[in-house]
Amino acid sequence: MAIFINKETKVIVQGMTGSEGTKHTTRMLKYGTNVVGGVTPGKGGQVVEIDGKQLPVFNSVAEAVAATGANASVVFVPPKFAKAAVMDAIDAELPLCVVITEGIPVHDSAAFYAHAVAKGKTRLIGPNCPGLISPGLSNIGIIPGDITGAGRIGLVSKSGTLTYQMMYELRDFGFSTAVGIGGDPIIGTTHIDCLKAFQDDPDTDAIVMIGEIGGDAEERAAAFIAEYVTKPVVGYVAGFTAPEGKTMGHAGAIVSGSSGTAEAKKVALEAAGVKVGKTPSETAALMREILSAK
Amino acid sequence: MDLFEYQARDLFEAHNIPVLAGAVATTADEAEQAAASMGGKVVVKAQVKVGGRGKAGGVKLAEDAADAKVKASAILGMDIKGHTVHKVMIAQAAPIAEEYYMAILLDRANRNFLVMASVAGGMEIEEVAHTSPEKLARVGIDPNVGISNDQALEIVKAGQFPADIAQSVADVLVKLWSAFVAEDATLMEINPLVKTVDGRIIALDGKVTLDDNAEFRHPNHEALVDHAAANPLEAAAKEKNLNYVKLDGEVGIIGNGAGLVMSTLDVVAYAGEKYGVKPANFLDIGGGASAEVMANGLSIILGDPDVRSVFVNVFGGITACDAVANGIVQALEILGDKATKPIVVRLDGNNVLEGRRILNEAAHPLVQQLDTMDGAAAKAAELAAK
Repeated sequence: MAIFINKETKVIVQGMTGSEGTKHTTRMLKYGTNVVGGVTPGKGGQVVEIDGKQLPVFNSVAEAVAATGANASVVFVPPKFAKAAVMDAIDAELPLCVVITEGIPVHDSAAFYAHAVAKGKTRLIGPNCPGLISPGLSNIGIIPGDITGAGRIGLVSKSGTLTYQMMYELRDFGFSTAVGIGGDPIIGTTHIDCLKAFQDDPDTDAIVMIGEIGGDAEERAAAFIAEYVTKPVVGYVAGFTAPEGKTMGHAGAIVSGSSGTAEAKKVALEAAGVKVGKTPSETAALMREILSAK
Repeated sequence: MDLFEYQARDLFEAHNIPVLAGAVATTADEAEQAAASMGGKVVVKAQVKVGGRGKAGGVKLAEDAADAKVKASAILGMDIKGHTVHKVMIAQAAPIAEEYYMAILLDRANRNFLVMASVAGGMEIEEVAHTSPEKLARVGIDPNVGISNDQALEIVKAGQFPADIAQSVADVLVKLWSAFVAEDATLMEINPLVKTVDGRIIALDGKVTLDDNAEFRHPNHEALVDHAAANPLEAAAKEKNLNYVKLDGEVGIIGNGAGLVMSTLDVVAYAGEKYGVKPANFLDIGGGASAEVMANGLSIILGDPDVRSVFVNVFGGITACDAVANGIVQALEILGDKATKPIVVRLDGNNVLEGRRILNEAAHPLVQQLDTMDGAAAKAAELAAK
């Protein structure tokens, strides 16, 4: 078990024929991810060989699904065309669509998120995220596959490199699934969605949650933990020293007025019984203590 | 990107939202001319991207053009909460009967857009929400549907606007929505929206934030960028497509990934308490971290006179540490004598041993390596203290 993706997940790559798409399709195939084809409008009918595998290219997600039985897609399409690509996946009622693309206008994200909610068939992850990995089973996106192996920790994070850092620090324990949900103001899958899935996953024993400044997603996650999550949760929030009004790299990472501060998030998480580390290494040590005591 | 009031006014006008005549001036003479061409009383308003300028004396009524010149020269150069006033807007004065509030903004929590409208304007909307929530309409908007005239009328009614102006206010809301979409805004606020004594509905002051990610479909937005306000280092970084924010400390920071860099700032700030030093900047070189990007990043940071030491914190994900190490070595070659400050490097992750070997072999006198983020942060802080 794992959450969202496993050995059976059949993946199509939207934007596979582009340079990023090809590069990461190669990596995913090497990892063992079951990539079954790609979608590039206008290039349907071609077959591309990637890492020794013949992969058919389709004009639309619906065609790709009909021909391959795919049940997930990963989007490497540039920002300009990302909205159309994600809408295509939603219209094809694909159960999972992972949007890696960085720099999508928020009006476009709002439009495809609303469409996904209205159709009710597709879980979106991202945009502007590294994707997700269930070590040993499937790796969808750009998370390096060799940092860690399978284990019983669940990880959910807004940040890519902090995800890697935490996977690395706890690599001797391993992970059931690590999900990078992305740092944009509008994202398809939230901390709460992942916390719920990890709580319900029999193969996850404990959860690491990494947040950052901006918005109130961590505060809402804290309320959810208090109400629903019985497994131990360890938290980390980046940006304690970030000044107000300066966007820190992620479009969503900004402290405005009294809202969105790391301190407020830490307080909310601790009130929900979450142990919050001051640094990534301290956070890993907290998790280590919990798992060693088991 | 946040706009100045005069830019917001111009944008509103371009989308047929009713505004008063207004012109921007950077000198008292220009202000006088603008006031003369408008005729009558005018309001001279400081153009700063910060609230509370009225209380700070940045908004003044002028009786005529000559008075506008006097008022403008008093306001220009003023410091409002750390922002120097470089421009004033000369706006036609209007006899105001009522003040209202209207805004459309990105609602992160609900992952859509939110309209707020209230008959109670002219004050902080947070205060209205707190003291008289029944007077504030808050309605989520489906981005794929937008706001119809009927829905606008419902919102206006919920905001307790009087029936006789409901249609005019609804018209403004529908136009504001189309401007919000057309310009890829994340915030468009009219505060106050006013009724004049002769019954006209006018957007008297506005705040607009535009989505930087949407720049590619708005080449005209480039003209709205306030180059004068940008820190020279930030401007240089932007030119190189680097994600850089100047801060007020002494330890230069380079890392890959926004979250890791934010985390690095924290760790350095904690380590620096002992030495009285803080991070000098945020710089995310992204996933690629090629030699060229590393050189660009290092040269920006070494060009900051406040910087006394540099901390390069990289977790090799897709980009292997050997590539990053080569990047650092080549960057130092490119920079030559311009590199004068100690550089602490912490590499971890993909191919870390090879990366560390490359840096050890290069044995650059300014570079030292530490194995952990905490240890490297402590070293960088210590070096900045000297």
